[in-house]
Amino acid sequence: MTDIETHSLSNAQIAWRAAQDITDGAYVNLGIGFPEMVARFQPEGRQAIFHTENGVLDFGKAPAAGAEDWDCINAGKKAITIKPGTAFFDHADSFAMVRGGHLDVAILGAYEIAQNGDLANWSTGRGGVPAVGGAMDLVQSAKRVAVVTDHVTKKGAPKLVEACTLPLTGLACVTRVYTSLAVVDIVDGHFVLREKVPGLSFDALQAVTGAPLHTDGPVADLICPKDLT
Amino acid sequence: MEKTIATLSEAVSAITDGATVMIGGFGGSGAPIELIHALIDHGAKHLSVVNNNAGNGHVGLAALIEQGQVDKLICSFPRSADPRVFSERYLAGQIELELVPQGTLAERIRAGGAGIPAFYTPTGAGTALANGKPQDTFDGRLYVQERWLKADFALIKAELADPHGNLTYRMAARNFNPVMAMAATVTIAQASKIVPLGGIDPEHVITPGIFVDRIVTVADPAQEEMLNRAEAVYP
Repeated sequence: MTDIETHSLSNAQIAWRAAQDITDGAYVNLGIGFPEMVARFQPEGRQAIFHTENGVLDFGKAPAAGAEDWDCINAGKKAITIKPGTAFFDHADSFAMVRGGHLDVAILGAYEIAQNGDLANWSTGRGGVPAVGGAMDLVQSAKRVAVVTDHVTKKGAPKLVEACTLPLTGLACVTRVYTSLAVVDIVDGHFVLREKVPGLSFDALQAVTGAPLHTDGPVADLICPKDLT
Repeated sequence: MEKTIATLSEAVSAITDGATVMIGGFGGSGAPIELIHALIDHGAKHLSVVNNNAGNGHVGLAALIEQGQVDKLICSFPRSADPRVFSERYLAGQIELELVPQGTLAERIRAGGAGIPAFYTPTGAGTALANGKPQDTFDGRLYVQERWLKADFALIKAELADPHGNLTYRMAARNFNPVMAMAATVTIAQASKIVPLGGIDPEHVITPGIFVDRIVTVADPAQEEMLNRAEAVYP
């Protein structure tokens, strides 16, 4: 294994780290797939309210297999449940919540994040069938837009780059990136390193990052619980 | 005023070749499967369809596409567990796709129903999906001008209906159905139950009957997910 692979956090650990920054009572939208894991790791004593684009606020956990009600799903088309406090609404209201700036946090995946906060996460630019869903609405209008992602692509190329090469989802929208190696903020057009996994040098991290990493204070160790599921 | 239609086939009988048809639902949730299947049986062709997705498997919207009745699809997310029907036709150049961000799709439909020909949204500003559209800055932020979206017909799925066409929806099956009901010249709703006037508490009406033209009972509506698990194919 390379140095990078040895130190990389699992997806669950990245999701756990992102969850630590969600405050009690925040209205949160999680992207389909990996970002949905963030909901599992809410710190004790905090209760975020999750929004899903197809018109549900404050839904409950997934039902047991066989107990699904297919009128009650999330944006990933997976069955969810209702609980005390759940609200249903139509799509125009759902995106009024998004576009109107009523969501506190949106956490999404990414193909590329540029140092100015530009995000590319909807098209690989290689043809095929394009699909965008609600990503462009979310990244442009949630009060805080964060990304959870591996630090590099499967081929080892940086995902944090000077400028996106893939079709953009939104301009200058991301303010924090939680990666498998680091927590990086985007401030005034720069990547600012806040935390990195212990044992990985700054230079080694910089070598797998496609734009300069800046610091404006101490860099904390990025330590997550092991054996998260 | 009596909007109740006796049969599904009668409910969709006015849909002509070349019509623009909004179809409610988000994936299978809220999808009026029985009305779509009636439209397949009716046979209208060269349709432009507005839906969030592009069908799944070989039932509902996927079946309508598979029968060659759809020339153009306006949607936000043409992917699903089994998107082959649409994907194969799209990649072969047999069906046109207008890809619209999901919130913009909802708002374009709402604007169509509300008589607002265009509006500005931050969604998509500076991206490829804003190409060819006017963009302007308001209070220092870039916005894209988007046009309303209207349809000749809307096919929607409700839970309860009364003879005036007042509707309620079940859980997250509401999604695009209320805005589509507003944006079509003729809105056709299938409902699990049609109750007498007074059978829906006025406080609970989600779609007022002014937006609804025809209602038809489908007592035990199919769920796309269950049809697909059973590998159903229509017709």
